[in-house]
Amino acid sequence: MADVMIEEASARLGIDFSQVDLDSIHLPPGEDFGVISDDEDLYQDDHLELDTSLNNIIIVDNLPVVPREKFDKLEGVIRKIYGQIGLIKEDGFWMPVDPDTQKTLGYCFIEYNTPQEAELAKERTNGYKLDRSHIFAVNMFEEFDRFMQVPDEWAPPDVKPYTPGENLQQWLMDEKARDQFVIRSGTGTEVMCEVMWNDARQMKPDPVHRRAFWTESFLQWSPLGTYLATLHRQGAAVWGGASTFNRLCRYAHPQVELIDFSPGERYLVTYSSHAPSNPRDPKRIVINIFDVRLGKVMRDFKGSADDFAVGGPGGVTSVSWPVFKWAGGRDDKYFARIGKGIISVYETETFSLIDKKSIKVDNVIDFSWSPTDPILALFVPELGGGNQPARVSLVQIPSKEELRQKNLFSVSDCKMYWQSNGDYLAVKVERYTKTKKSTYTGFELFRIKERDIPIEVLELENKNDKIIAFAWEPKGHRFAVIHGDSPKPDVSFYTMKSGSSIGRVVKLTTLKGKQANALFWSPAGRMIILAGLKNFNGQLEFYNVDELETMATAEHFMATDIEWDPTGRYVATSVISDHGMENGFNIWSFHGKLLYKILKDHFYQYLWRPRPPSLLTPEKEEEIAKNLKKYSKKYEAEDQDVSMLLSEQEREKRKALKDEWNKWVTRWKQLYEEEKLDRQGLRDGETSDEEEVYEAKEVEVEELLDETQEVVEYDE
Amino acid sequence: MRPILMKGHERPLTFLKYNREGDLLFSCAKDHTPTVWFADNGERLGTYRGHNGAVWSCDVSRDSMRLITGSADQTAKLWNVQNGSQLFTFSFDSPARSVDFSVGDKLAVITTDPFMEVLSAIHVKRIARDPADQSGESVLILRGHQGRINRAVWGPLNKTIISAGEDSIIRVWDSETGKLLKESDKESGHKKTITSLTMAADGSHFVTGSQDKSAKLWDSRTLTLLKTYVTERPVNAVAMSPLLDHVVLGGGQDASSVTMTDHRAGKFEAKFYDKILQEEIGGVKGHFGPINALAFNPDGKSFSSGGEDGYVRLHHFDPDYFNIKI
Repeated sequence: MADVMIEEASARLGIDFSQVDLDSIHLPPGEDFGVISDDEDLYQDDHLELDTSLNNIIIVDNLPVVPREKFDKLEGVIRKIYGQIGLIKEDGFWMPVDPDTQKTLGYCFIEYNTPQEAELAKERTNGYKLDRSHIFAVNMFEEFDRFMQVPDEWAPPDVKPYTPGENLQQWLMDEKARDQFVIRSGTGTEVMCEVMWNDARQMKPDPVHRRAFWTESFLQWSPLGTYLATLHRQGAAVWGGASTFNRLCRYAHPQVELIDFSPGERYLVTYSSHAPSNPRDPKRIVINIFDVRLGKVMRDFKGSADDFAVGGPGGVTSVSWPVFKWAGGRDDKYFARIGKGIISVYETETFSLIDKKSIKVDNVIDFSWSPTDPILALFVPELGGGNQPARVSLVQIPSKEELRQKNLFSVSDCKMYWQSNGDYLAVKVERYTKTKKSTYTGFELFRIKERDIPIEVLELENKNDKIIAFAWEPKGHRFAVIHGDSPKPDVSFYTMKSGSSIGRVVKLTTLKGKQANALFWSPAGRMIILAGLKNFNGQLEFYNVDELETMATAEHFMATDIEWDPTGRYVATSVISDHGMENGFNIWSFHGKLLYKILKDHFYQYLWRPRPPSLLTPEKEEEIAKNLKKYSKKYEAEDQDVSMLLSEQEREKRKALKDEWNKWVTRWKQLYEEEKLDRQGLRDGETSDEEEVYEAKEVEVEELLDETQEVVEYDE
Repeated sequence: MRPILMKGHERPLTFLKYNREGDLLFSCAKDHTPTVWFADNGERLGTYRGHNGAVWSCDVSRDSMRLITGSADQTAKLWNVQNGSQLFTFSFDSPARSVDFSVGDKLAVITTDPFMEVLSAIHVKRIARDPADQSGESVLILRGHQGRINRAVWGPLNKTIISAGEDSIIRVWDSETGKLLKESDKESGHKKTITSLTMAADGSHFVTGSQDKSAKLWDSRTLTLLKTYVTERPVNAVAMSPLLDHVVLGGGQDASSVTMTDHRAGKFEAKFYDKILQEEIGGVKGHFGPINALAFNPDGKSFSSGGEDGYVRLHHFDPDYFNIKI
């Protein structure tokens, strides 16, 4: 650009540059005549949005070779095709002509206003058939160099020597069997991510690794805790390793917004949405599925937001995350997404649809996988004004066979809750009352593992109660419901297994008038926290469902989030909000004893590092539970030692602090004494420094209270 | 003991100061009249009328004869404590924020706010023994703070002036030459506006409170950071017990951002910390609104707090207080 200007200017001024010896010209020191030196220029370019990039240009190859006469016609055709996709820049079309033959060379360049349009054009028209012999090959201009450099001869790739990786599960071998967590805090340039051990015995966290700017939006653990994922402008990355968190792999995906791991953490789904060039068009959405270990894209999905939107009951069209839901289990075999009237189930061997087609289910609006088995639960709402009932059905994959179906009448909404082992499915059904003016709630309970999948209907005693929360006991057979009106709702516990009547759901108890709006079961079951978050000021009730008794009530004022550690031993309650008050987290024992609290400004995330499932067999686990006393002896002794050590350390620490303080105080006293005379001088010789030195003066005060004159008779 | 509620101000309190004997308590508020109270029973003795703006701080001479006040009406005034008459007015071209008498009461340090084009400054004035000889001349003017200077006090033997304010840095100046001697370290120091600074009785150390939700204890001679007290709230006021190793922090968020949901949301408590172990010992509730001012009676047996709610609360400690063990 600068060259052109110089040429123009020189032409105007009549200077022939070839005659000028540039080296003979010396500028006065410090003077640059406003021309920035090349180095500075480069430096500035780094900061500017690079406008000269070529990523908005595409090359269309395999065009017909036409003579001059037909040039305009071909240009018209091409412009028509590409003008539909985006706005071609003025002078943005160039089709070179062979100077010898005066024919075109069979390719052209098209420049769009934005890289997104170019990308889209490439995507849509690569392979476009103009006619039988002219199938377009479209490439980005930027990629051209790369393709040109491909050597004609194939050379075998260098085989890299195998370097053994770190043990990614080192954290599980912690001698003290502690759990890790990661926190993210700070804003702007002070974003800090910290991984720590929860050292409950020492009543404090033990730092493992900290890093500023680790992520540009949020952090996420993989489901088994092996990886920590971070998001960046260029894509996602995962970190892990034995002691320090090294970067293990990167996944290029510009402007990635959301990520989701498959349950066995073999695949990573990344999502981004891009604003369209025409504001009326829906957003463009790009989804990539990566193999976590290889870092390779296994499949990508691109399209407009409409293609990924899920038809809600009112025809709601928004993309809900995760778009792809993974089938349960650690083998990551299937994943599915819902479309308009279809459910598309893919399998991960070929990353294509099972049987090459989606399952057609008219009007389906919701589906979920069993957490353990390849079973899909679908919900289809009522149609035709109630003529066609709403339906919940269970479909086996890959056979696509319907295992069970239940028709439901006058339904307004449905929600599905799977028990973590996939043993039970609870469907919360909102039904209209006869007048259709209000709704009431009931539950349909499916026993998945029993023969023919029996279904039971559960209605609350007071049918008009609103359901505020529902939660299955993990790995268990019980569930808890918060129902009633908002200020003081009731909490009820039910079991699917009861001694007397097998196969009947039985209520265990109802707790009246609790300040709770959320339920948090311990991952080990048995314990539950009835929490009143946000509006309820962070009331916590630690409840033992085995004994049906409250173990403790507590409060973490303003708490917004609660998360159990993966073992069910500790609970983290945190205040995550942007109003800046009380931000931080508390760690509690499972029975509601506050262990420690940490305050952090701008606190955004608290995440326990998940653990893979136990390797012990159920029999072994049972055996341990039975002989717990024997096993726990060792740990109790350890606990004792630690607490002894701790109080010892505490004492020592206090003593050290006191000693240190006393040293200062002695020094200050000494200095104070030394300065005594000076101070007297400043006070014009007034000696008393301290209050105690009073000058005692005796003052006699006589006060005349009254004076009367009385004539006393004198008797002689 | 039940606190004594002293209602006399119509606007939020800004500053509290006991005289040396601890029998008088001077209070300043955003209404224009500093007030003097009996520190024992909270009876109001009198007011000092004459300011035409919020009064930000005051100091009383060692012999309890003179009072100096700094006000938003761009003046600092000298008063006769006994009869409430004005003795002298120092005029500035911006609001006066903090005032402090030197040892010997012959000098006073007054800080002025940045206002329009005027930068914030620390002025040193000579205080004449006889008000008739008083002049408004500044002996020394110190500049260098960014933004407001919330407090400036005399260091040991009047050799230094210690100042702190919005730029969250504590500065120690030579009071003779006006040279900047020391600055607090950015790493270990406060991260946000320092709202208050209180000197220990013997001048050996001082404590600062800041909006970064902490208070810090410093050595006045070396400006070494000795202790940090962390709390959940921005700290508006700090005080140190002259008797026990206790530090009191008062604060709360700005009145404008107080949520209406729960009185605890504001945490308008005076919090007691162990000075040495830096641990919270307890709290004294009461104010409806943030605490803006705190002062300990020199005998250490009572303290008073002034709140955004316009009340001064006078707390006499229960006997238990003197036996706290942690």
